[in-house]
Amino acid sequence: MSGVKTWLAGGVAWLIAIVNFFPIFWMLLASLKTEVEAVQTPPLFIFHPTLANYRDIFALQGYAGYAFNSIAISVLATLLMLLVAVPAAFAMAFYPGRYTRDILLWMLSTKMLPAVGVLVPIYLLSRDLGLLDTRTALVIIDFLSNLPIGVWMLFTFFRETPKDIIEASRIDGANVGQTILYVLLPLVAPGIASTALLSVILCWNEAFWSLNLTAHNAAPLTAFIASFSAPQGLFWARLSAASVLAIAPILAFGWISQRQLVRGLTFGAVK
Amino acid sequence: MQRDGHSAARVRTIPLIAPSVGALLVWMIVPLAMTLWFSFRRYNLLNPMLTGFAGINNYRFLLRDPALPSILVITVVLVLAVMVLTISLGVVLAAIFNTGFPGQGIARVLMISPFFVMPTVSALIWKNLLMHPVNGLFAGVLRSLGFPVIDWFSSFPLISIIIIVTWEWLPFAFLILLTALQSLDEEQLEAARLDGAGTIAVFFFIQVPHMARAISVLVMMETIFLLSIFAEIYVTTAGGPGIATTNLPFLIYQRALLAFNIGGASAAGVIAIILANVLAALLIRTVARRLDV
Repeated sequence: MSGVKTWLAGGVAWLIAIVNFFPIFWMLLASLKTEVEAVQTPPLFIFHPTLANYRDIFALQGYAGYAFNSIAISVLATLLMLLVAVPAAFAMAFYPGRYTRDILLWMLSTKMLPAVGVLVPIYLLSRDLGLLDTRTALVIIDFLSNLPIGVWMLFTFFRETPKDIIEASRIDGANVGQTILYVLLPLVAPGIASTALLSVILCWNEAFWSLNLTAHNAAPLTAFIASFSAPQGLFWARLSAASVLAIAPILAFGWISQRQLVRGLTFGAVK
Repeated sequence: MQRDGHSAARVRTIPLIAPSVGALLVWMIVPLAMTLWFSFRRYNLLNPMLTGFAGINNYRFLLRDPALPSILVITVVLVLAVMVLTISLGVVLAAIFNTGFPGQGIARVLMISPFFVMPTVSALIWKNLLMHPVNGLFAGVLRSLGFPVIDWFSSFPLISIIIIVTWEWLPFAFLILLTALQSLDEEQLEAARLDGAGTIAVFFFIQVPHMARAISVLVMMETIFLLSIFAEIYVTTAGGPGIATTNLPFLIYQRALLAFNIGGASAAGVIAIILANVLAALLIRTVARRLDV
């Protein structure tokens, strides 16, 4: 492409990218203002930044507890998912059978069930099992809703690993366990890591079940932030500080794993 | 072939696959069966005396609800509007970003960031910091330019929701389409250019068809996710004003968790499931016919 066109495309792309990112940047600015500055009209672009809001959300709003819930739920749901998905993906990628394709497609089809269609039974089951407002309920739900994505993503990674290497190690006398541990695992570790990262991102940002199934004890950050929606116009700066902290780690994860993310979210159809 | 058969015989794969299949089977069938069952029951959490078989009364009551048609329309409009906006903008943006301009990597990071912002945070950024009729940035800008201020959520409630959700999902469409575009064979492009195809012709006749597969995947994924849009509405408009932004998920939430009408909410849940599958099937068929050359 000619130089002028590239520069033109670049200019347009940068402009759109900046506009697109602006709401996040604006929130970052708001988090560094005082409450009065945050609601000031006309909007304030130049001000003396303060970190007071970040201190306040820990001191006054109990931010740490909600952050702990988010971390605990995301990590446990992801570990559980990997524990179940890795063997399945391994088996289907390395020892495909007559039904492998059908099983994979069926797993994909479970995503066709919209969450809202099963809100009532899940709510009632959680209530009857005493799991309302517990981290356990969200761990189980996040684990199950990410399981199909996990199996698919791992399957596409495993499938790209050369099969011969397994045969070779078996011929050399290694048993299945040794083959997996010493030969296969180092090869597929990056794929497992990206799958884990995607799962953490999805769990962290999950809002539908968090809002409907938690109250105070198990509320993760998604639900905590929503609680700011009630008092109109109050605490914008503090809300922004809480929001910035809530999205920062996931933004970083997302930036790192852009490419693998595409593979996971399209069930391997685009990579 | 024989070697594969040999390996398969030596390694029993069923124990490895069974936990996944079992977990998903339970996860799919139990709630689905319960929703179906409750949808034919008289069941209200506030009135334990009310029990028994309701026949099709829950459905009849729901279908006769004068609000239902507009709720269904709002649900579908929200899905379609966001889908059309994200995919069409995404296709164009992917083509622009594919040119390899200076700082492309950073611009792309800025572009995809909104996707990683949790829905409740996105909704509150827009509701408070941007669209608020008094203190929001948009109001401030309009006022300083001498224009009347817009009260977004009361004047254009559904459009406001569409804007927010589009902002969240455009990065998803963009990233997937860009990835698809980057797998396009450079030689094919070169050949087309040698044959005299300009930027526009390359875009419509080579790049867009190349993205067809990615587009159909997007259509499917977005149908599923957008049919469950809830947090954005919950945080901003709570379904209002009136029912102007009440979609099926919000209706079910109101019926089940605010009115405790389990039977009625379940009937609405069954309709949501049917709608999801019909819509996805229709859309994917359309996309496949149009684009899979």
